Amino acid sequence: MGLLSKKDAKLITDPLADNNPITIQVLGICSALAITAELEASIVMSISVLFVLGVGNVVVSLMRNIIPNKIRIIVQLIVVATLVIIVDLVLKAFAYELSKTLSVFVGLIITNCIIMGRFEAFALGNGPWKSFLDGIGNAAGYGVILIIVGFFRELLGSGTLLGIPVLGDPIEKTGLYAIGYENNGFMLLSPMALIVVGIIIWVQRTRNKALVEDH
Amino acid sequence: MEHLELFLKSIFIDNMVFATFLGMCSYLAVSKKVSTAVGLGAAVIFVLAITVPLNWLLDQYLLQPGALSWLGEEYATYDLSFLSFIMFIATIATMVQLVEIVVEKFSPSLYNSLGIFLPLIAVNCAILGGSLFMQSREIPTLGLATTYGIGSGIGWFLAILAIAAIREKIRYSNVPPALRGLGITFIITGLMAIGFMSFGGMLTGGDEEAAKETKSAQVDELNDTEKELANNTKVIE
Repeated sequence: MGLLSKKDAKLITDPLADNNPITIQVLGICSALAITAELEASIVMSISVLFVLGVGNVVVSLMRNIIPNKIRIIVQLIVVATLVIIVDLVLKAFAYELSKTLSVFVGLIITNCIIMGRFEAFALGNGPWKSFLDGIGNAAGYGVILIIVGFFRELLGSGTLLGIPVLGDPIEKTGLYAIGYENNGFMLLSPMALIVVGIIIWVQRTRNKALVEDH
Repeated sequence: MEHLELFLKSIFIDNMVFATFLGMCSYLAVSKKVSTAVGLGAAVIFVLAITVPLNWLLDQYLLQPGALSWLGEEYATYDLSFLSFIMFIATIATMVQLVEIVVEKFSPSLYNSLGIFLPLIAVNCAILGGSLFMQSREIPTLGLATTYGIGSGIGWFLAILAIAAIREKIRYSNVPPALRGLGITFIITGLMAIGFMSFGGMLTGGDEEAAKETKSAQVDELNDTEKELANNTKVIE
């Protein structure tokens, strides 16, 4: 990576695994769980967060020396809210059906703790370029978990990926269904999202003992 | 009657945490001890009860398509609904600040118990979520909006209280090391959410014979989850 120094590259790669915003920092759980019943929604949500966090981090970082400390939360909220309105209007214009599925959860990107968390923890103390990388890295770490959860929930719950049947036809009994496989409708219900994330955390911490907490 | 229905519905069926996963961040972060969980839960009820009706007024008289018609004929075609995110969050942030000042002035003891949680709440998704769901579900009157706010707050309060109690007890259990802390909390919350799904049939009544037959298979499953919930409540006690 010629463009990025080693330190900069770390800003992007760290949140992907060992400092993942969802499984380690516990930020941005709400949306991660609610919209992952379909892979497509997870991908769109990840891209939206990538945009908001990347741009927002840069804007806050540029303003970091002129924001009075006392009202910084409100200033940050206004920055996020403006970006989220842009995302919401773009989605409504180009992907109306999808924006219906995501419903209020696009708006809830505003209060997604990942965004405020990164603003507070990083953008307020670092320059724009570093903040941009940090934003992209954290949004990507968030997206990875969303896409994993969305993948398993859609595959096991409705036997499709991105709406395309991959396991055969459940009604005509082709593919896997011919040998008696059934879709697990339970995966589409919200509680399973929690359990899938729980399992991801379990796997991750089994592989990396350093992350284990003592209660 | 419709107040009671909405009230129960927002506590149990559309429970903020278990049905829509709102406010999960603080739910996970502040649920290590029952006493702090109670403080945060109370603050959430308080703020939701104030901001949801307030945002209902904003939505009704400022943001909806045609909402400005009270200003005169020429404003009747205005549609400011794209501003709702920014208006709602600004209301919430200012209200939280205002509530903090008022509480500090008039009830220092309440301030001391809620104090540190109040600023946190401005960025709690449960609060903004309450207002956004109020808007998207088209709640018709101010009274119902207040009921909805209080009900959702109580639902959130119950959820965080239950998980905090379970987490206090689970410290004495032998959880696999990799699951300790966050992992097991996720899985317990998932199980509790399954339990709360059994409230789903509470308001549908018992007169739909046809619906009953197709549901009978599911009912067996639900009975199991009810048992699970009963176990959970035992743990709490």
